[in-house]
Amino acid sequence: MTLESVVAESSIVLCCGTGGVGKTTTAAAVALHGARLGRRCVVVTIDPAKRLADALGVEGLTNSPSQIDGDWPGELWALMLDTKTTFDELVARNAADTGQAQRIYGNRFYRNISDRLSGTQEYMAMEKLYELHEQSRFDLVVVDTPPTRNALDFLDAPRRLTRFLDHRLYRLLMTPGRAYVKAVNVAAQAFLRTVSRVVGGDVIEDAIAFFQAFEGMEVGFRQRAERVLELLSSPETAFVLVASPRGDTVGEATYFADRLAEGGISVAALIVNRMHPRFGSGLAEATRERARTLAGTDLGELFANLADFELVAASEEDHLKGLTARVDPAPVVRVPFLESDVHDLEGLDAIAAHLFR
Amino acid sequence: MDPLAFFATSRLVIVAGKGGVGKTTVTAALAVAAAKSGLRVLMVEVEGKSGLAHLFGRPSLGYDETSVLEGAGASGSGEVLARAITPAAALLEYLVDHGMRRISNRLVRGGALDVVATAAPGIEDILVLGKVKQLERGGAVDLILLDAPAAGHAITFLESARGLLDAVTVGPINTQARDVMEMLTDEERCSVVLVTLPEETPVNELVDTAYSLEDRVGVKLGPVIVNGLYPPRTGMDVDPVVAAEVAGVVLMQGEAEALRGAAEFRAARVALQDDQVARLSQRLPLPQLHLPFLFTTDLSTNDVHALGDAALDAIAGLGPVPT
Repeated sequence: MTLESVVAESSIVLCCGTGGVGKTTTAAAVALHGARLGRRCVVVTIDPAKRLADALGVEGLTNSPSQIDGDWPGELWALMLDTKTTFDELVARNAADTGQAQRIYGNRFYRNISDRLSGTQEYMAMEKLYELHEQSRFDLVVVDTPPTRNALDFLDAPRRLTRFLDHRLYRLLMTPGRAYVKAVNVAAQAFLRTVSRVVGGDVIEDAIAFFQAFEGMEVGFRQRAERVLELLSSPETAFVLVASPRGDTVGEATYFADRLAEGGISVAALIVNRMHPRFGSGLAEATRERARTLAGTDLGELFANLADFELVAASEEDHLKGLTARVDPAPVVRVPFLESDVHDLEGLDAIAAHLFR
Repeated sequence: MDPLAFFATSRLVIVAGKGGVGKTTVTAALAVAAAKSGLRVLMVEVEGKSGLAHLFGRPSLGYDETSVLEGAGASGSGEVLARAITPAAALLEYLVDHGMRRISNRLVRGGALDVVATAAPGIEDILVLGKVKQLERGGAVDLILLDAPAAGHAITFLESARGLLDAVTVGPINTQARDVMEMLTDEERCSVVLVTLPEETPVNELVDTAYSLEDRVGVKLGPVIVNGLYPPRTGMDVDPVVAAEVAGVVLMQGEAEALRGAAEFRAARVALQDDQVARLSQRLPLPQLHLPFLFTTDLSTNDVHALGDAALDAIAGLGPVPT
């Protein structure tokens, strides 16, 4: 298996990793390469740097794919995820009628969920992925996952809302009856009073109104969440880990690989960005010793500098040792430090040249 | 600038920046620098990561504070303490302190806090900031360094107080939000230092974050910290063959190429970094503190000390506080 075959054969590629490791750019380069292989590709980005967004033509935040023209045999499309709109569309799809959807949109509690509930962005990224995959317009959907603190939130994301719906407070509020005060038992009333005391009564009123408006829609949400999870664990989905060779990010990536393994999912490829180049023998200690004997000369400085980079390169490889063994037999691709950040398709091609050489 | 004057600017310093720029390392370096100046410093971590603890050779931090470095300053003074503050623990403590012990368990257990946090977003952030505010008021330490969540979230984190004042108009959360707002906008009490790498995207995002924080939160910005600068080395432009002749040394096969390659790489990176530092000063009129890239394997406690010293040097190089 090579990264090339992952891109050629999968119908979904999820790029996962912590922040600051070049995940967004990597996802875009993967989609571009897919288009070069003749596939119809779409990349879903979460929060691209402005100039990359410009290059991809997703600055407008339309939440629907826009096509990027180029001299490739396939197609390249890109979109920037708009969490709120995606959630609204999901509500519209599950609502019995437009009245129900409107009641939900207008609710403050819903606006909070669709905007700020932790995990919503991950959930909507997965929802978008599913939607794009279902449309059959694309052969390959590449998703840049959010740089969440809890690396696997996005896998859990579709379940998060349904778990929320299972929560005791929800069930209490949804007990048939009009006014919650009448409907719920004494214990529940005490609980609601408690919450009111801390956050104020308005908040509870909003929540009740939301749950009432939501009535009847949970089944649709639940079923869809299950289908998304099924798709994520099917063989047509490939998880690509993106990391940098720093000790702490390798640690995060390893944790990530472990969590995927718990879910019965293996890593399809590991991409390590921002590698320092290798110079010389790699025996940093010997070079450092050489520099010491030449101290005070230009040559001594040159050897000291070489020793610096030999040490860094060796420690980067050392950091990666455990992780590469962990993801074996997945291919490991190393991408060196680049001269500048990526602003255009040419820059993406330069990355692709490292990824698919 | 005298380090004591520098660290006396505000008792709470929030360290913020995009993921991967070394925010946690900078927090540790500043803590060590302050302790070396004889201060008692408390580091607070809020994301449940163990980075800060690792830098001081500990597996993790708990809610209660622990001392991670003692006697760093002259004649045994100076100390670094550390603790982790989670929303649930902060809420529990708050309720118990305010005579609501009986309801505290019910609220915190069984995920009710999750539901409440959804009903009033920002509530978790305000619980954490409320606790930090209590520590700041308490005055048991000279300086509090808060390792903030990564950039995008840092803004919502610090904005949570303003947002909650609209959503929750009465009760203890409202009071907390009010007090936190007061602290964040009082420059004698609180300031934010932003951390970046000398690279294009992190610099752009730092500039955006800086303006958002000023406009939307109204918090005072301290100096910007540029982390990971290659330390200067002379002679990188000298041809290795010539340098060898001058030193009277015969190079082995391949050595000249290796030396040249490494020297050119360093020179190129230094030039790129200089460009980004210049661009940052152009776009953001804030003083900068520069911290070096350390050519080591893993950051050890010794390295944190080295970075603390580097921070002290950088602080000494700052001009006096503008009045």
